[in-house]
Amino acid sequence: MTTLVLGLVLGGTYALLALGLTLQYGIARIMNLAYGEVTLLAAFVLVFLFQSAGLPPLISILLIGPSGYLAGWLLYTVMMRPLVQRAQGNAGKLEVDSILATFGLLFVLQGIMLVLFGANFTSISYLDQGIDVFGVSVALNRLIAFAICLVAGLSLVVLLARSRWGLILRAVALTPGSAPLVGIDVNKVSRQGFALGTALASVGGASVAMYQTFSANDGVVFTMKALIIVIMGGVGNVAGALAAGFALGLVETFVATTFDPGLTLAATFTIFLAVLIWRPQGLFGRRQ
Amino acid sequence: MIRLAIALAALAALAVVPMFVSEYELGLMIGMASYVALASAWALFSGHTRYISLATVAFYGTGAYTVAVLNETLPYPVVILCAGLIGAAMALLVGLSTLRLSGIYFVIFTFGLAELVRQLITWYEVTVTGTLGRYIFLDLTARDIYWQMLALVAIAIGLTAWINRSRLGLALRAIGDDEVVAAHSGIHLARTKLFAFTISATLITLVGAVASPRWVYVEPLIVFNPTVSFLTVIMALLGGANRLWGPLVGAIPLFLLFEWLSVNFPDTYPIFLGLMFIAVVFVLPNGLLAGFDDLRARFGRTRP
Repeated sequence: MTTLVLGLVLGGTYALLALGLTLQYGIARIMNLAYGEVTLLAAFVLVFLFQSAGLPPLISILLIGPSGYLAGWLLYTVMMRPLVQRAQGNAGKLEVDSILATFGLLFVLQGIMLVLFGANFTSISYLDQGIDVFGVSVALNRLIAFAICLVAGLSLVVLLARSRWGLILRAVALTPGSAPLVGIDVNKVSRQGFALGTALASVGGASVAMYQTFSANDGVVFTMKALIIVIMGGVGNVAGALAAGFALGLVETFVATTFDPGLTLAATFTIFLAVLIWRPQGLFGRRQ
Repeated sequence: MIRLAIALAALAALAVVPMFVSEYELGLMIGMASYVALASAWALFSGHTRYISLATVAFYGTGAYTVAVLNETLPYPVVILCAGLIGAAMALLVGLSTLRLSGIYFVIFTFGLAELVRQLITWYEVTVTGTLGRYIFLDLTARDIYWQMLALVAIAIGLTAWINRSRLGLALRAIGDDEVVAAHSGIHLARTKLFAFTISATLITLVGAVASPRWVYVEPLIVFNPTVSFLTVIMALLGGANRLWGPLVGAIPLFLLFEWLSVNFPDTYPIFLGLMFIAVVFVLPNGLLAGFDDLRARFGRTRP
């Protein structure tokens, strides 16, 4: 039972992170290897605001989300757009270029964080009294983080499925070539998708900072987990990413409690391998 | 034929260099040779196919760690052979599970591989053997290591030259251009990619194994340093990953720059390198050598 509750809470954060990544890759077609670094940066900002300015994390999340959107918007305009133009619709070339460019970005962001915040493990204690959930004592900060992820994730799913704006995003994700024919500005929508993904990464990172210890070197692990969830759920499949995120959180908590916390990444990779071998189109994807 | 003669003469000249240089300069030469070997081996697979492998340090570190574990129980040549075999086995495992699919899965898998191997070794050492960190005591001088590394450079570049002329090279180029066309013209995609990737990864593992005695003390955090993967990719790209001499042209200046930066700006050099990486992707997407060719073409002179 403990595993189940803690796993679901962890899975909520993973699901949110994966959602952001799947938006960036599905809509903007940018494979962002610096995704985990963006997450960490938001986590550090939250800790910094809490420790130096005394700003409560719940308020700074309200600031971090929109700033993440803005940062993503700028990043896309300055860095990704020229690559998209250069590729001229050649998806393979854009993929290679974006992988390389964001790989460089990963080291820039990591370097900046190491200089500003050092390589030590960081954490804050905020609202860490236990709350009884189905007989399991869970820290309040975890529950709040879970609630944030749930609200942000589900509202996005509903928006994508129901609103006209969501329809436009899905149209670009499905066929970027035909979207202009019905009057959609693909460049604008790609930028929105990328910025939205960055915003989700920031909110996810901020909620991680509320209950977990982290260091400036953890970015690769975050990116890796988000990527694997995206592949498990099927690339571009939002509901699949949510479900796969929860599944990964459960598996990881299970492995950490019954075997060894040092083996969680190995467990993640094992799942990845299994998915690659049995269902490369994703657990919830359709065979093409 | 003349080019081959020049290359062999250069190799012979490089082989006698250790007689004339100081210990520090020899150390630099070893570092340079290992990055030339790494970048050339990386480009052997990734240059033509455009499958970006981010796992250089996973193989490099595995090679180094194999030597650290086995150096007291087995004779040196057998240890090197073991390292090569382990690297090849790892490459086959990674390749078999990802190279049948589209390139993106391969990139993602290699992206996390180094971290995975590092965590697994750390976990194994801490919980099973109880010793994190090992010593390498081998009766090898810096010169021996230099000559071995030079041999690896020659093998990596020679192998690339041979593959470029063979049917395998043609197949790899076809795959890089368009996989669907390549498949229709009768190329066995997965087998070709797997073969080239295994050769490349085995060479990288050997570089790690040969370089390892320089450390003396080895632990997972030291040998699985992600900067190695990063530098290898940027070096090969800077010179031109699909050219025979591209990785060498990129590796030498970048290695020296890296040395200078890490001495003078130890804290901020990752930022510089990251920015430089982005600059290379934007300004020189095909590498320096292709840039020179463009310039030459612009001034109306053609290659002899």
